[in-house]
Amino acid sequence: MREELIVSGRSNPMIDPHLEIWEWHIPAYLFLGGLAAGILFFAGLFYIRGKEDKYPTAVRVAPIYVPILLAIGLLFLFLDLKHKLYFWRLYTSFSIESPTSWGAWTLLLVMPLSVIWAALYIQYVFQKWDWKYQWVKDALKFLSGYKREMAWAMVVLAIVLGVYTGILLSAFNARPLWNTSILGPLFLTSGLSTGAAFIVLLSKDKAERHYVGMIDLMLIAIEIALIIHMFMGFKASTRVQIEAADMFLGGQFTATFWVFVFSMGLVIPALLEILESKGKKVPFYIAPSLVIFGGILFRFIMVHAGQLSRWLY
Amino acid sequence: MRYAMAIDTKKCVGCTDCVVACQTENNVPIGYARDWIVEVTDGTYPQLELEFRSERCNHCDNAPCVRCCPTGASHIIEGGIVKVEHDKCIGCGACVAACPYDARYVHPEGYVDKCTFCDHRLEQGQDPACVAVCPTKCLYFGDMDDPNSEVSKVVKKRKFKTLIPEAGTEPQLYFLI
Repeated sequence: MREELIVSGRSNPMIDPHLEIWEWHIPAYLFLGGLAAGILFFAGLFYIRGKEDKYPTAVRVAPIYVPILLAIGLLFLFLDLKHKLYFWRLYTSFSIESPTSWGAWTLLLVMPLSVIWAALYIQYVFQKWDWKYQWVKDALKFLSGYKREMAWAMVVLAIVLGVYTGILLSAFNARPLWNTSILGPLFLTSGLSTGAAFIVLLSKDKAERHYVGMIDLMLIAIEIALIIHMFMGFKASTRVQIEAADMFLGGQFTATFWVFVFSMGLVIPALLEILESKGKKVPFYIAPSLVIFGGILFRFIMVHAGQLSRWLY
Repeated sequence: MRYAMAIDTKKCVGCTDCVVACQTENNVPIGYARDWIVEVTDGTYPQLELEFRSERCNHCDNAPCVRCCPTGASHIIEGGIVKVEHDKCIGCGACVAACPYDARYVHPEGYVDKCTFCDHRLEQGQDPACVAVCPTKCLYFGDMDDPNSEVSKVVKKRKFKTLIPEAGTEPQLYFLI
């Protein structure tokens, strides 16, 4: 049998024997960013459609968590930087071809927007909350006149943020598993789905839980379709992408992905939501908890496996 | 001007002098390397073929590492040399993940570092350190835009391959086969 044996004398830390440049920070951040995008999307969408009173958890309560989620995500991003004291360099330039640059600037818009939205509704959750300074009250009073504009900005920026978490990976031609443009829509859908799940977990209103749960069911169906499309695309592509897909189709990630991400994170919550909609008694928190668990694990697996996939030469 | 390097895989014996010369010249931290030797054994026993390649950054014409850099730290200088400006690098790792040749590494001080084609030596009219020390003279360096340069002539005369041209990076290391 004709064989080829490649021996490289290089052993750079974090590069060899395989890339390990991104550990837990990046997948955790991608999850938090997607979740924040999902929550903001529904808050903005329901507000624009005048459903604020019908779905108060989505519009008023869940967005209060967004600044916290984003702050934790940004902290993880900062911890991941290897040359930390120079992080401000992100904001001395804009590189149109760099997804990282797009993300940095998007977050600079999303973060203050989410803080303002949360500040406008904080008294809905904490009735005794008092903004100590008069100027804060004046500013919020002024801003409350522009809620509609802000809601539109939230919907658009949430889509940009959600898609960006996927494009951040898909832009790398060097890592065949990531190099598929379907990752943008897939991560967006997954982010929206975890956002919907988060709202269901928080909501105390049965009708709201049911409505958002049905949206989540639809998103899960889209996500399943996108995942199947992703693997179909890989299998029909070049050798390096076939090998990348094979890590999930018989290779080392097969069990983890299909059991924990696909079955437990997508199929089972979908079935539970269907049962629930048919009037069966299922504890409401199981399906959304599984969706969130699947969302976290999906990002960890994709970031890790992507760094194992490579061109051979 | 377009700097490029040709590596004669028939002459290279894999002695790693180029690796040591680079580490010394560029103060590469211990345990790291900007260039390295790859040894490929190919065929069916006993008909085996051995190829030695002295590899480094390909200083690509279409460099994915430069495109994905959010701060402009990764940039291209005169002659097509891909460089990293340490004071602009935030160490996000995007360029490291973007390189299909894995030619970059994170310096212990935090910034990303790589082969520079020894541009500090080029300024003084010298060859890169790896080229200068090669005992079998298997490395050719020069300007591909100049038809009379050593590298242009040897690439014209000999058969060559580049590494993963299908990645679309337009690499500028020519491996003579």
